[in-house]
Amino acid sequence: MRLTRTLPILAFLLFAFSLSINAQCKQFAKKECLPQLEKYTHDGNYHAAVLVEGEEAELYKTFYSDMEYRVAIVGESTLPAVEFKVMDINKNVLYSSKEHNNATTWDFKLQSSQQLKIVVKVSSFNKPGDTPASGCVAIMFGFKVKK
Amino acid sequence: MNKKYGFTSVLLLVFILTFSLISGCKSGKKPPQEGEEAKVPENVAEIKQDIDKANKIFRALPSPLESAKLIQTAGAQFKADLLNPVSKQNSYVTNKALALNLGVYTCDLSFASLYEQTQLLIDYMNAAKKMADGLGILDAIQQDDIDKLEENINNSEVIMEVVSQTFMNSNSSLEEEGRTATAATVLLGGWIEGLYISTQLVDMKDFNGNKLVDRIIDQKLSIDILLDLLNTNKGNPSIDELILQVQKLKTVFDKIKLSSTPIKTEYDQASNTTLLKSEVSTNMTPDTFIELSRTVAEIRNSFVN
Repeated sequence: MRLTRTLPILAFLLFAFSLSINAQCKQFAKKECLPQLEKYTHDGNYHAAVLVEGEEAELYKTFYSDMEYRVAIVGESTLPAVEFKVMDINKNVLYSSKEHNNATTWDFKLQSSQQLKIVVKVSSFNKPGDTPASGCVAIMFGFKVKK
Repeated sequence: MNKKYGFTSVLLLVFILTFSLISGCKSGKKPPQEGEEAKVPENVAEIKQDIDKANKIFRALPSPLESAKLIQTAGAQFKADLLNPVSKQNSYVTNKALALNLGVYTCDLSFASLYEQTQLLIDYMNAAKKMADGLGILDAIQQDDIDKLEENINNSEVIMEVVSQTFMNSNSSLEEEGRTATAATVLLGGWIEGLYISTQLVDMKDFNGNKLVDRIIDQKLSIDILLDLLNTNKGNPSIDELILQVQKLKTVFDKIKLSSTPIKTEYDQASNTTLLKSEVSTNMTPDTFIELSRTVAEIRNSFVN
């Protein structure tokens, strides 16, 4: 009887908890990632998730030859460095943020439209035994017409 | 006694969850200082195993704003009669119709905003708001956004910012509520509307060397991303129907050959921009274009009617 009363409350609280985490990610993306697009127009898409250290995320997107793009990838300060690589469909690395002092943005344009893959990896504090750190990572794109 | 114990359990749960909420996204620990002994949680191996398995995949379609900008950049003219009339907004009542037409109206309002069709922009923003409200995402488009548009009707920068923000609010609200099928449906609606407007704007007398045709061919690069996005929600009856429609479109796109030379990078220090150099060759016959155009119109009309 006690269990039947407690379970719905527990389910509700867990649901509220999950909403709250996601809402925090949304606020983080708006506050910390969006301003990094600066003079580029944000395309309006939203990509953010809670990642733990060592975890990877991938993003697939088509980029067009008429535009110049900025990709901004930002992780919460509680996370170790967030690295990203931009690859073509044959997995050739076109850009690696690690080689650019863990830059959070990259500006590029294309001669021909291409589908690219962006691999984001939260690095590790390399402290075995400790509870892995977790936090929001946001990926945003801005565009402007190619000059 | 039991009652008291039950209440205490709930209080304990509330305490634990409140603590977790306060920690929220900032739950990560700082690295231990040198000399500090690392604590070994019992379940650490299990956590690490989960990390190895976890792999979040995002699939991004061109947003309605980007699609509209591509159409404009290709030199196409504005045609109001291609947009889905706002008078239809009251006929959309199911979750699927509301989601599809939120995408459609968002694309239409992006198109109207870029061509400075101010009254249409306000009308379409209201129509998109109605769709978003119907889906229960009340904070996606607020009256304040519409007021801001009206106040800045001649300021294209502010207009673009509001349009981009409303689209982000819609899809982020759906994502954060775990309504991924609805979010994918909105994206599909916007993408199909952009493709519909593009295909309808192509003048067959001016087919060869038409920049808009090139941008339409480019959509072949997104069709698999779209199908993957829909397939992550396979099993949902509404999504299953949409998958069949998109697969039909893919069979037409498959008739277009698209090949690229390897991409080479060229960094320009002055602009701090990297150019991705590659040559692409394509072949789309006028017949394939007509078939593509008809298939897109058929799908789009099934969304709006």
